[in-house]
Amino acid sequence: MSKKPVKKQHEDPETTGHSWDGIEEFNNPLPRWWLWTFYATIIWGIAYTIAYPAWPLVNKATQGVLGYSTREEVAKDIASFNEANAEIRAKLVSTDLTEVENDADLTRFATAGGAAVFRTWCAQCHGSGAAGAVGYPNLLDDDWLWGGDIEAIYETVAHGIRNEDYDDARYSEMPKFGEILENEEIEQVVEYVLSISGQEHDATLASSGAVVYEDNCSACHAEDGTGDRSQGAPNLTDAIWLYGGDRESLTDTVVNARYGVMPGWSNRLSEADIRAVSFYVHNLGGGE
Amino acid sequence: MWDYLKLIVLALVTVLAAIAANYARDFAYQVHAILVMLVAGGLFLWSVRKTGDPKPPTPTGYMDGVIRAGAIATVFWGVVGFLVGTFIAFQLAFPVLNFDWAQGYANFGRLRPLHTSAVIFAFGGNALICTSFYVVQRTSAARLWGGNLAWFVFWGYNLFIVLAATGYLLGATQSKEYAEPEWYVDIWLTIVWVAYLVVYLGTIMNRKEKHIYVANWFYLGFIVTVAMLHIVNNLSLPVSIFGSRSVQLFAGVQDAMTQWWYGHNAVGFFLTAGFLGMMYYFVPKQAERPVYSYKLSIIHFWALIFLYIWAGPHHLHYTALPEWASTLGMVFSVILWMPSWGGMINGLMTLQGAWDKLRTDPIIRMMVVSIGFYGMSTFEGPMMSIKAVNSLSHYTDWTIGHVHSGALGWNGMITFGALYYLFPKLWNKTGLYSLKLVNWHFWLATIGIVLYAASMWVTGIMEGLMWREVDAQGFLVNAFADTLGPKFPMLVVRGLGGVLFLVGSLIMAYNLWMTVAKGEPKPAAAMAPAE
Repeated sequence: MSKKPVKKQHEDPETTGHSWDGIEEFNNPLPRWWLWTFYATIIWGIAYTIAYPAWPLVNKATQGVLGYSTREEVAKDIASFNEANAEIRAKLVSTDLTEVENDADLTRFATAGGAAVFRTWCAQCHGSGAAGAVGYPNLLDDDWLWGGDIEAIYETVAHGIRNEDYDDARYSEMPKFGEILENEEIEQVVEYVLSISGQEHDATLASSGAVVYEDNCSACHAEDGTGDRSQGAPNLTDAIWLYGGDRESLTDTVVNARYGVMPGWSNRLSEADIRAVSFYVHNLGGGE
Repeated sequence: MWDYLKLIVLALVTVLAAIAANYARDFAYQVHAILVMLVAGGLFLWSVRKTGDPKPPTPTGYMDGVIRAGAIATVFWGVVGFLVGTFIAFQLAFPVLNFDWAQGYANFGRLRPLHTSAVIFAFGGNALICTSFYVVQRTSAARLWGGNLAWFVFWGYNLFIVLAATGYLLGATQSKEYAEPEWYVDIWLTIVWVAYLVVYLGTIMNRKEKHIYVANWFYLGFIVTVAMLHIVNNLSLPVSIFGSRSVQLFAGVQDAMTQWWYGHNAVGFFLTAGFLGMMYYFVPKQAERPVYSYKLSIIHFWALIFLYIWAGPHHLHYTALPEWASTLGMVFSVILWMPSWGGMINGLMTLQGAWDKLRTDPIIRMMVVSIGFYGMSTFEGPMMSIKAVNSLSHYTDWTIGHVHSGALGWNGMITFGALYYLFPKLWNKTGLYSLKLVNWHFWLATIGIVLYAASMWVTGIMEGLMWREVDAQGFLVNAFADTLGPKFPMLVVRGLGGVLFLVGSLIMAYNLWMTVAKGEPKPAAAMAPAE
């Protein structure tokens, strides 16, 4: 039931003679350039699969006459860098961490290598610029939870904090005071913390809060509120807060406590890498 | 008899869905069970009221109602998909658009599969189903086989889309790209798809023409292969019959390979073969010229069908995939270049002798640009499959640009062309409401695509180079986050490209609406009957 045939022109080639809903087809040959290019890609394909690993057989695939493998290529690349850096890596491992900065070559190597390690493994939490985020400490300032000299940083990187993978991981745990104190006392102690950190607060509540603080908090955060690095207890008198220093965040912290975890790296990174990244972090500005 | 059977099945489904909703182990599953219960219950009531009504006489002629519904659904889902796509493009440029109040529902991770499924499966799928129903009837001179089965395909497919889309927002996903819907949605799609195949094959077998037209080969290749891909890639065990979670049958690199065998052939058979079927009908019709070469259509059809299926491994270069599979994927992708271009040549050369229409007919212009983008992305694809190129391009925005020059340029534009052709025909009008608006749509969409593709080339190559940069001692120079800042301006340009494309599609929706509402009806000469 073909409708009116589509317009044909007098110089048109032959059609195949069929018509579907008015559509006809010319009997044109395959374009030569198309056909030859198609053949060329097939021939190239056969040659390529002979040259490179390609055809699966019963037990393993053909390996290709060139003996090329992407995995070997990348292994070769890594090996060549490892070889080139072997000497200086060994030197970094054997040098006392505090002495690295006295050697210009070592300093250069540890800075570049530490930065690369940091960008790959640390930036996800601490930010690519190391400025941290809520719950993830800023590494640029001089406020340190577990110590800011290079040995302490090395220890934190190697074994992490509150993780279950390392027996040597740094550990401490703030109790959930919501289960221990009355709501009233929590309100008071929060006002007290606001007062010692120099923020706007309710003086009456804060003075009762001082007693609550003395009884419950001072063992870790110290009587004057400056914290205790041996327990990772933060300084409460400065303006630096890991989880926020406003009334609401502080109440949340006191009631529910916090339990920040950092993975350890000594099973995953080489000794040289851990040393390099410790050196890098120490040099970011706040190192002691 | 059949009516009572239908009632029993609907009642059973309603009750089972109510039970499932009651025992549901997660929210998405519960919402879906309630949805199914409402649909089946509504159908049950509707059927009860109609039971015993005198049967209308068996209709003759072409079955166009379902095609009209499909054409409307295509436009609707297209606009939805483009809108979500534009929004998530801006979410990437301005992360603040991941609103806190919408976390867990409308953040990028939830909306991204909504966008991809809306454009590929909702917009593209409805376009393919409705045009294939149109084309197979005309080129076979036969009414769609199976009576109301075609309506089941339409509504069943759109129910699948609603289940998939709501599932994404509520977090029901098996986390396989382009195959995110969970097990029960997959099973439903399988049933619908088999019905689709049956309708299609039945119609072809009833044909009055001696030969099967080339468009139907492509449509059929698309339907059969997609069924196979869908079933194999979604083999999984539900954790519970009352929950949406499931566990994949394959694990590790086998799972990855199955996924990309599926993923790449979704591009090959859904977005290429299916849309080539569209092209082979609507381009010669609109150009009013014979197809350029019958020989070329045969050779490139079989070459395309045979070669595409092996190309998937190029999505997994430099991964745990064995080296040999990677090589074969690359080689087949490169050999695929000419078979893909066969479609482009046949499309463009069909216009030989009608090139002057480019000046006067914006629909032809749309089709030509579409074929042009098809040619460009089927060259870019094989090139990006080459390992050395892929080591730079993989995981970067270049891939996103490549996909969109194909999806917006080829799939989008050819579908727009087909819709502009179909609407006046389906609603029996003398022509479109406004060709000037088509022209506006054409330019907005074309400029939008150019902005999109060009900006993604720039950021893609830039971030690829930044990621791989190492210093003299082998240390990486940039963190991933370091690449985000320089990408920002290009991300904004990409979003603006999306805005232009979206505005174009809204203009189309308005134009088609006005064509139906205000177009001049065609004089009575009824549609050609199928005898």
